[in-house]
Amino acid sequence: MTLTQRLATILLPLCGIALAVLAWTAASRVVNDLPSPIETWRESRLYVLEPLTKRGEMDQGILLLAYYSLVRVTRGFLLGIAIATPLGFLLGVSPALTRMFDPVMQVMRPISPLAWLPLGLIIFRKSEPAALFAIAVCSMWPTVINTTAGVRAIPQDYWNVAKVLRLSRTTTFLKIVVPATLPYVFTGYRLSLGIAWLVIVASEMLTGTPGVGGFLWQEYNSLVYAHILLAIVTIGVIGFLLDRLMGMAETRLRTT
Amino acid sequence: MKVGPIIELEGIGKSFATSGAARREVLQGVSLSVERGEFVSIVGSMGSGKSTLLNIAAGLIAPDCGSVRVSGGPAVSGVEGSLNAALVFQNYSLLPWFTALENVRLAVQAAFPKRSRAEHVAQARRSLELVGLGGALDRRPSQLSGGMRQRVAIARAFAIEPDILFLDEPFGALDALTRETLRQELARLCAESRGVTTLMITNNVDEAILLSDRIVPMTQGPRATLRAPIPVPLARPRPPSFGTNAAALRVRTAVVEALTAC
Repeated sequence: MTLTQRLATILLPLCGIALAVLAWTAASRVVNDLPSPIETWRESRLYVLEPLTKRGEMDQGILLLAYYSLVRVTRGFLLGIAIATPLGFLLGVSPALTRMFDPVMQVMRPISPLAWLPLGLIIFRKSEPAALFAIAVCSMWPTVINTTAGVRAIPQDYWNVAKVLRLSRTTTFLKIVVPATLPYVFTGYRLSLGIAWLVIVASEMLTGTPGVGGFLWQEYNSLVYAHILLAIVTIGVIGFLLDRLMGMAETRLRTT
Repeated sequence: MKVGPIIELEGIGKSFATSGAARREVLQGVSLSVERGEFVSIVGSMGSGKSTLLNIAAGLIAPDCGSVRVSGGPAVSGVEGSLNAALVFQNYSLLPWFTALENVRLAVQAAFPKRSRAEHVAQARRSLELVGLGGALDRRPSQLSGGMRQRVAIARAFAIEPDILFLDEPFGALDALTRETLRQELARLCAESRGVTTLMITNNVDEAILLSDRIVPMTQGPRATLRAPIPVPLARPRPPSFGTNAAALRVRTAVVEALTAC
């Protein structure tokens, strides 16, 4: 890379961010209640500079709030992929099962977390399991679909190898199906984690549990609009970092 | 030991669905028998349905009609204690996430489930050393050249001490020089493992002459069928090139004539 190219890779994204902040500032001039970036910073400083301080149930440093949300998302996500991965493998090897469950899946997939939550609350009667239920049920689909596609994409050659070597079902699954499907599965995990993080705000809002989403909703109710923006930016940055992290795991798997 | 053909195909027919309701007849009325310890090559041009026939013989796909018997029983039945059959594919078909040694070990493990893990590894290692890959045991297929990959595939086939060896254009994807050496090595391996019965598919007449006891020409598909087998009366070991050897030339002419006369 030449020096100009290297500068461009650093400067161009910075320019993009600057433009977005500028647009935000412009919008805050027009819309009365929308805090400008500077106001947002002034109001949020305490939360960012003391990110781990706990002052009250919702009045906590931003990292602490993010931590609660991350724990919740991780648990919901793990629950989701624990169901989705075996289901994906099963649908991948059995076209009959796929035909059977495809309509159900297609109908369940577009359902918003806001719709699942009340159902979760009815079933589990507590907010935490309801949130996990909503996260799991919303985020599992990309993993199911990618795993199924991965199994389908296994070249006939590999199936032939299994047949010629007379591998048992278990050996075929462990030594051929799983390694061949792994990159697809991880793409599914990355997409699923993205959705799980999307769902967090909705689920914390409705259940009123502490976390970035719960904080956002409480600050809306207490008319501290700057904190809404703080929460939004935090959610965005963490979502981006999560995606990068999963992307790195994915590329590592692809090379091996 | 049982006398009689070890592989017996009778009246094999196979068609594949093409677009819509149309079907393409690939094979029709194909019969072939291979004696124990024999090396038989089916020679035909590309797309004649040779691979389909081999896959049927090896039990990978089922024929529409006709019967496949491997030593009296159905092909690749998966019955413990039945004959060990190995297949070498044109495109190697190694598992990319395993090293050379692991690829061969997987086959050994499946063929001899009662032996210990150490024995599996030793057997796989021995087999790879036999094809000159003792120094590349821990390399993955992506780190090996085409010729080396096919050596691994051949090592994998011989590692299970096969009674029957199916070879699907084993040298088709290799450059001319590598092909030459590997042919010689295959001839040596077949000679060393006494009693192995081999059915090879190839589009190369000279390759068939070098390796086979009998050559069976296959007519151009669709509806491909087999011509009368042509014996190869040449002593082993055979040289890489037969030059003006009269017997070899006669076989060559006979095969080419059978292939072109339709």
